[in-house]
Amino acid sequence: MLRIEKRPEPAKSMVYLTPVLALFLTVASSTILFSVLGVSPIEALDNFFVEPVKDAYGVSELLVKATPLILCAIGLSVGFRANVWNIGAEGQLTMGAIFGGGVFIYLYDVDSVFLLPLMIVMGAVGGALWGAIPAFFKTKFNANEILTSLMLVYVALLLLSLLVHGPWRDPDGFNFPESRTFSQSATMPILWEGTRLHFGWILALLAALGAWLMLAKTLVGFQVKVIGAAPLAGSYAGFSQKKIIWFSLLLAGGLAGIAGVSEVSGPIGQILPSISPGYGFTAIIVAFLGRLHPVGIILAGILMALTYLGGETAQINLGLPIAVTGVFQGMVLFFLLACDVLVNYRFRFKSYGKAVS
Amino acid sequence: MSGFDWLVPVILTVITAATPLVFAAIGELVTEKSGVLNLGVEGMMLVGAVAAFATATVTGSYILAIFAAAAAGAVLALLFGILTLSLMANQVATGLALTLFGVGLSALAGQDFVGEPVKALAKLNIEGLTDIPVIGPILFGQDPLVYLSFVLVALVSWFLYKTKAGLVLRAVGDSHDAAHSIGYSVIGIRYLAVLFGGAMSGIGGAYLSLAYTPMWAENMTAGRGWIALALIVFATWKPGLVLIGAYMFGGITILQLHAQAAGLAIPSQVLSMLPYLATVIVLVLISKDESRIRKHAPACIGKIFHPAA
Repeated sequence: MLRIEKRPEPAKSMVYLTPVLALFLTVASSTILFSVLGVSPIEALDNFFVEPVKDAYGVSELLVKATPLILCAIGLSVGFRANVWNIGAEGQLTMGAIFGGGVFIYLYDVDSVFLLPLMIVMGAVGGALWGAIPAFFKTKFNANEILTSLMLVYVALLLLSLLVHGPWRDPDGFNFPESRTFSQSATMPILWEGTRLHFGWILALLAALGAWLMLAKTLVGFQVKVIGAAPLAGSYAGFSQKKIIWFSLLLAGGLAGIAGVSEVSGPIGQILPSISPGYGFTAIIVAFLGRLHPVGIILAGILMALTYLGGETAQINLGLPIAVTGVFQGMVLFFLLACDVLVNYRFRFKSYGKAVS
Repeated sequence: MSGFDWLVPVILTVITAATPLVFAAIGELVTEKSGVLNLGVEGMMLVGAVAAFATATVTGSYILAIFAAAAAGAVLALLFGILTLSLMANQVATGLALTLFGVGLSALAGQDFVGEPVKALAKLNIEGLTDIPVIGPILFGQDPLVYLSFVLVALVSWFLYKTKAGLVLRAVGDSHDAAHSIGYSVIGIRYLAVLFGGAMSGIGGAYLSLAYTPMWAENMTAGRGWIALALIVFATWKPGLVLIGAYMFGGITILQLHAQAAGLAIPSQVLSMLPYLATVIVLVLISKDESRIRKHAPACIGKIFHPAA
């Protein structure tokens, strides 16, 4: 009989192997999905994973899409390590776009090198404020942060809609629900001539580097890891659970906020009623697929960005519905969680017949 | 004749807004009572909604549609069960995965049905009874799922607190090790509870796409799955209170819709925020009393069970 047995120690090798295995299983199952949809699996996979990055521009677009995913996922991963389940990054991203973009709306005629830095800082503040609400409710009133952070996503999206349909509408914009287009001073500098790759990518890499240093070298990083792995040990050591809840929600909110402002002042270039195709939710998958590790998150972010690009390419070339991207991303996380059983457990064949009495 | 004529349609819409929440929350309540936290309610409701809509459009049978919704929700719940119960994956992460997957899958399955009309679920009409002013349409003019939702709450309440099977289920949720050592199959019981939760979430979704707004739209649940999860905390895991909570939230949803229709000076977006803000406020007020939550919440909720072999 097949039995699942707990390993004495989690298997290190499996931690790195299971994401690869999960991707393999996702690709294998997606061939079935593509066949059901009446598309040749080989052609579909080619359109999903090869076609979008065939040229330099495609690669630059990949990094453009990976930028918000990595920024959000880095912040989320710190919370997930400490068992703080912030799933409201989408709302924090939106608030970042509102606060950061709002700076431009009110200072649109200011031409200064300080405008963009101010926007980025305000974006971080906006996201952090939105993260502070679940942190406050959790630490003060014990309210579940999963539910509060998620409810606030809807509130933030409605607030964005309210602003763009109302006071922030472009006065010369024929009544379309769009803000003014951002001026040069309010736009992220382009890193690669002829592409849309912008300064936000540098911010994403800096966030990953910062998170790595924080986790590896600082006391608060150590506390995050201990409280996540062994809450009791953490409290015996005198680490404050509340402090870590505040820290991880403010950090995640701030980084998601930067992601939001870097979207509106980067590839979008104005404030629209919808500024993200669910980056904040996909970032949850990115964080897990990247093993909650900054380097892993960069790789996973790029990979998930490819599913967005691939979805668009497959839609144009093969007429596949764009929703395939969502199914694909969901499958990755499913298979990853399933494969992760191999980290802590092993399968053993046991025969009961031979047991001695 | 009476000054209450406006009240009847309001009450009727409150009932339609509350019913999907009743189904989803009462199903998840049983799941949670067995010690399992499935955060995939939103995803299961969405696949239920699309399965029901597609079945109703293709076959024209609403009974089949409701069964299809229950089956679709249960299939997703089965996936959740395999991952968390058999493969011992983290329940929070798996529940999130289920919602993300359900959102994508329902959007994919429903793309051909967007904008298609479907006839709303038929309402009861008993000559002589339904015509009674005010109480007639409220008591005798609902669709079958509304009556079923009340029966369901009563049945779940009876099952959990008056039957031995219910006692065993609660025991598994409160102390899986003890239940296991007496000889109960913890995993088996949890699978059943998870499947029941999935099927009920699916029917909750079906109510949205067949009765509340008879159509299919991507993400049409708009957070109701999460509100259902919050309702269980609000109800401190008691079936009767789930019903009251669902009607309260239905009331808030309809109130803001009526306020929008009345053309109040408040922007529609602010009114639309109300159900979400109300959820947060209610959660905060209820959770404040930590000892009360601890007393009523299943002690093993979210914990992985692995029998030491």
